[in-house]
Amino acid sequence: TQLIFYIFSRDGACCLPFSSCYFLTLPDKMKIKCRFQKAYRRALDHEEEALSSGSVQEAEAMLDEPQEQAEGSLTVYMISEHSSLLPQDMMSYIGPKRTAVVRGIMHREAFNIIGRRIVQVAQAMSLTEDVLAAALADHLPEDKWSAEKRRPLKSSLGYEITFSLLNPDPKSHDVHWDIEGAVRRYVQPFLNALSAAGNFSVDSQILYYAMLGVNPRFDSASSSYYLDMHNLPHVINPVESRLGSSAASLYPVLNFLLYVPELAHSPLYIQDKDGAPVATNAFHSPRWGGIMVYNVDSKTYNASVLPVRVEVDMVRVMEVFLAQLRLLFGIAQPQVPPKCLLSGPKSEGLMTWELDRLLWARSVENLATATTTLTSLAQLLGKISNIVIKDDVASEVYRAVAAVQKSAGELASGHLASAFVASQEAVTSSERAFFDPSLLHLLYFPDDQKFAIYIPLFLPMAVPILLSLVKIFLETHKSWKKPEKTD
Amino acid sequence: MAVTYCFSRLATALVAVLLLSFGSVAASHVEDQAEQFFRSGHTNNWAVLVCTSRFWFNYRHVANTLSVYRSVKRLGIPDSHIVLMLADDMACNPRNPKPATVFSHKNMELNVYGDDVEVDYRSYEVTVENFLRVLTGRIPPSTPRSKRLLSDDRSNILIYMTGHGGNGFLKFQDSEEITNIELADAFEQMWQKRRYNELLFIIDTCQGASMYERFYSPNIMALASSQVGEDSLSHQPDPAIGVHLMDRYTFYVLEFLEEINPASQTNMNDLFQVCPKSLCVSTPGHRTDLFQRDPKNVLITDFFGSVRKVEITTETINLQQGSEIMESSYKEDQMDEEAMEPLKYAEQLPVAQIIHQVEKLYKEKMVHYTVKKMNEITHAQRILFSSWDGFDLQCNKKPKLKDWHPPGGFILGLWALIIMVFFKTYGIKHMKFIF
Repeated sequence: TQLIFYIFSRDGACCLPFSSCYFLTLPDKMKIKCRFQKAYRRALDHEEEALSSGSVQEAEAMLDEPQEQAEGSLTVYMISEHSSLLPQDMMSYIGPKRTAVVRGIMHREAFNIIGRRIVQVAQAMSLTEDVLAAALADHLPEDKWSAEKRRPLKSSLGYEITFSLLNPDPKSHDVHWDIEGAVRRYVQPFLNALSAAGNFSVDSQILYYAMLGVNPRFDSASSSYYLDMHNLPHVINPVESRLGSSAASLYPVLNFLLYVPELAHSPLYIQDKDGAPVATNAFHSPRWGGIMVYNVDSKTYNASVLPVRVEVDMVRVMEVFLAQLRLLFGIAQPQVPPKCLLSGPKSEGLMTWELDRLLWARSVENLATATTTLTSLAQLLGKISNIVIKDDVASEVYRAVAAVQKSAGELASGHLASAFVASQEAVTSSERAFFDPSLLHLLYFPDDQKFAIYIPLFLPMAVPILLSLVKIFLETHKSWKKPEKTD
Repeated sequence: MAVTYCFSRLATALVAVLLLSFGSVAASHVEDQAEQFFRSGHTNNWAVLVCTSRFWFNYRHVANTLSVYRSVKRLGIPDSHIVLMLADDMACNPRNPKPATVFSHKNMELNVYGDDVEVDYRSYEVTVENFLRVLTGRIPPSTPRSKRLLSDDRSNILIYMTGHGGNGFLKFQDSEEITNIELADAFEQMWQKRRYNELLFIIDTCQGASMYERFYSPNIMALASSQVGEDSLSHQPDPAIGVHLMDRYTFYVLEFLEEINPASQTNMNDLFQVCPKSLCVSTPGHRTDLFQRDPKNVLITDFFGSVRKVEITTETINLQQGSEIMESSYKEDQMDEEAMEPLKYAEQLPVAQIIHQVEKLYKEKMVHYTVKKMNEITHAQRILFSSWDGFDLQCNKKPKLKDWHPPGGFILGLWALIIMVFFKTYGIKHMKFIF
């Protein structure tokens, strides 16, 4: 459920009683019902002023409310048909902070047209089928595979991000990078915006004499070296063992490598499959991280005293790394409705409603994982009847079930933040219950082995017992008969 | 203006999730050459390599496992993604005439022990319980990271087992065994938690095909070195080392894998043809009915190597320039660098001191005192050279203290007491039958 507030300017169109429930259909006939819960009100005075300003950006600056809107909600401003807030041919605008502006019209079919526009805008900013399909990817059959579905990281309690500078030729390049400042200035705001999705920790390191696994080829036309797209998959492995990032923590790790090519192979470009050099000179691998090649400017060699001091331009590097980080987290480009102006993300690199989409998807994914874990745990316990459940395993299961119910209830009433927290709790509790070391099913006794073990043990003991029982029975039988005979 | 709200039923999606069923066949798309490697759907690779037999005459099982380990590392899987379980130490075994080596062929051209072996579970830690804990993930929280299988739903896992086996079981360490049903259940537990994307199970034991008969979880492909009722044979003995060096099936698999490099496009059908009956004497078998994809589309490097999927990054984010802040922090860095002292390593272990003491003691020939010092030194050496478990110091041995036995007359007296009590209870007449 998503909350939408409609705010009408004084001369805007009147409100619309259209249906706001729709189904998201995923493969294998799984349906999730989403609904929008709407609230309408007229615009306040300061909002009127803002909406009558010259451009959308000014209006946004004036409309920056002191209190934050609730997570998972959208605010849609309706303006009149002839307002000059938007450029004339644009019908709607999607802003970076959970706001949207839609142009109304005076027409017979006003209800339908405006309704359609609003639904398109709302769906662009909220949960759609492919976002959900990516989140539930491992519960769905495989016929709809595409690159986007395999790229995002699974939902986890925390993430570790490692920035590495690879310098294979320290004799020629004395590379310095202000990674701490860059992290503080560019990466930390992005991670703070994403902080609702988990705990993040950032490390950095410099590796010397770390070569790529592939020899680049020389292109005489541009007198530069290039790496073909076919060679890129083999670049990562030789370096990975030296990164050491997997020993750092139990959270999933994202590695971002900045490679300064050696003097003999400078400048080095990456070519895509058409043979054209890539503008960003970077590539990424799903669930692993990204690599960017940083070519040293040939002007710095004029001093011809090796090693030359190279000061890395962190802005350019961080632009690429943050874009890769967005892709690796699964923050995809939204489907922009026609004639809609989409504002880019602000300096943090993340629009607030994109975070909302991520949290919706993660909550659904967590709930699916928790329920399947608990179901398979129940099946396991049903199959092995003599397993002992300890008290703490039982309490984890109860806690997981309570958290699943709470999260589903919060999702249905639209409270995104508490739903996400409850879903994370559900996943941790269910995993702790499932992976408890005491639940190991070790002994398997097939029936024929049971006979083979117990019969040689009990049969020799049982034979004299049975024989004496038979003897006792015969004697009592005889003693009963005797009185009858003698009268 | 009339305001209306629309109410509807609450979301019931979660019930639908529980009723999901799996098992639709992957549709085959027509993709061009550059995107061909997206077909397999995995993003990382793991390997679990298990050798289950100990003692010197089972040298060949350790050599089998190490040769697969070597191929897997060469093709790109890092040590952090390999769980290697060896039940005994052959390279540093006192009976090995060529220490620190494990050879695969009597020409001794290939030392599969290599320079950088990382054994995760060694000697007595290789048990059925530990193996099942590794597979299912039910590990006590104190286990180090190198001993865990941290796979996820996009991992392809290679599981290789070798040792002595029979119809439906595999022997671990001469004292216990794992049955094919336990193994199938463990794989099902892994599938329930989506701990693998695809699994390749290779087993080289006698009657190996019986181990994969009971699998019922999807996405598993299995290979075995012999059918039920057949024995897997070893390759050739080496007179210099004195044992058989490798098993036939793994020997030919190693030959096959030596020709694979990370970029090769060889598929699983070629692996099925390795070691025909003429070379192997037993008939290798395989099972692919649980596997979704066609084996001819499955590359060897999907399981034995670690070829990453990559995508070109085409977009960037616009960041605002903060040039003034940059300059001031640059100046701060410069000042910091001049003020810092050069770093040096902390004192790790006073090896030099210990060696010096040992030399002094050798010279003084103090036998008893030396034993105590030897204990200290072997402890320190064990910390340093922890893979040389079988290497004992032969010098300056003091006779070991015997186990305590009760005095000799005590047992005799005890038996006499027992016999007297027996005859008193049952009568003296039995005595003549005994003596």
